[in-house]
Amino acid sequence: MKLLCVVCDEVMDLVERQLPGDGTLAAVFVCATCSQEVALLTNPQETQLVSGLGVRIGGRVVREQPMELVRSSLKDGREGTFVQAEPDAEPKQEGASPTEDGPSRPAAVTWSPEAQVRLERVPDFVRGMVERMYLDYAREHGISELTPAIMDRARAALGIEGM
Amino acid sequence: MRKVRTYHEAIGDAGSEVVQQVVAQQERLSRRLASIGTLVAIASGKGGVGKSALVANLAVALAERGRAVGALDADLNGPSLARMLGVVGRSLVDTEEGVGPASGVCGVKVISMELLQDMDDAPLRWREPAGGGFVWQSTLETGALREFLSDVVWGELDYLLIDVPPGVDKIQRVLGLLPQLDQVLLVTIPSEIARHVVSRATRLVQEAGVGRIGLVANMTEHVCPECGHRSQLFRAEQAGRGPVDSGVELWGEIPFDPRVGITTDHGTPLVAHDPERPAAKALLELADQVEAARAAHPTEDRREQEDAS
Repeated sequence: MKLLCVVCDEVMDLVERQLPGDGTLAAVFVCATCSQEVALLTNPQETQLVSGLGVRIGGRVVREQPMELVRSSLKDGREGTFVQAEPDAEPKQEGASPTEDGPSRPAAVTWSPEAQVRLERVPDFVRGMVERMYLDYAREHGISELTPAIMDRARAALGIEGM
Repeated sequence: MRKVRTYHEAIGDAGSEVVQQVVAQQERLSRRLASIGTLVAIASGKGGVGKSALVANLAVALAERGRAVGALDADLNGPSLARMLGVVGRSLVDTEEGVGPASGVCGVKVISMELLQDMDDAPLRWREPAGGGFVWQSTLETGALREFLSDVVWGELDYLLIDVPPGVDKIQRVLGLLPQLDQVLLVTIPSEIARHVVSRATRLVQEAGVGRIGLVANMTEHVCPECGHRSQLFRAEQAGRGPVDSGVELWGEIPFDPRVGITTDHGTPLVAHDPERPAAKALLELADQVEAARAAHPTEDRREQEDAS
């Protein structure tokens, strides 16, 4: 999908994506030559058609999670399907920040008590995946503590309404 | 009328990043498949020919001879492999690298929609806007299948067996996702209707250029366990002729035996439960054929290709 500024004959750049939470999507495009802005609005069916491919218009805010499409789309997910692996003795280096005592480790992110309560309310079938998405979002944005307000912000950016 | 540039004439993706994400998906799939020796799809086009029971038995037969085997249930709407390989209700380990499959009979690694669904009788339903679901259900199912392939931590496997659901279109879906399929087993029964449908499937697989295609004639005859008398269940002269006429090799003939269904339905495939029965012996011979085809085409092994590069 591309938007073309017919006046300037230029492909417009996507500059903003909004997911209001009702299944619709708004994507704002701007022409780099004349600065004309237009918004592409998709209805829930159109949004679903694209997300069914496992892609996000405008790119991903955080990396794709394993079985993200199945977990976020399946209606009758079984509680207890997924169990979290025991944490590694040495955390993975990906997205890590350096430490004084040797190998770098992922930046530590904590959960406020209110955020923990809220996370517990997420259905078991998707909780592990959603937890990692919040943590990735926090690391991407240099956030050290996840609070309900940050979770709201992340939900809007990640498009994980209803989870 | 003025000329507006076409999609392909307009260079760049304007920040949608859709193409990059699709490429990333394909790369993830390739990385995952790099640790799998031979990809085998078991298909038919026709329903009710005993594909899933055959997959379960073949998986166990290969595992019993020391092969590392995975079984992927591509039948999302009517999954059965979890039950047949004894892993119903098992949990899947969730890691950043992927989802660990359930370990079934003889260590066969299993992924099936049945492991993810809440109730025994839950139909496959997706969260979706009201109305028009038929438009994107196929897209979602293809995406789910892609995730079963790429997001499951299969590890090093000698074989990944894929149980393809009925419908020639479903074979096409698998071929689209996995153009690098090494073997396809086409399962038929000796009936005129099955012959017609399997012939269509055969042509599709042949045109896709799959290297090794084997025909398996299932339920060819009934052997009385008491007296050994053989009787035909269908019109014998029709047994698999269409695909054979198309140049497909007959890799196996499995006699009908109610014990195949009874034992496999309870999570103990016949080849493990009672390997001396004629049907079990025929299934074990089919495993020989699969092994022989792999041995005859060692370059098919993606792991060797990875090492060589």
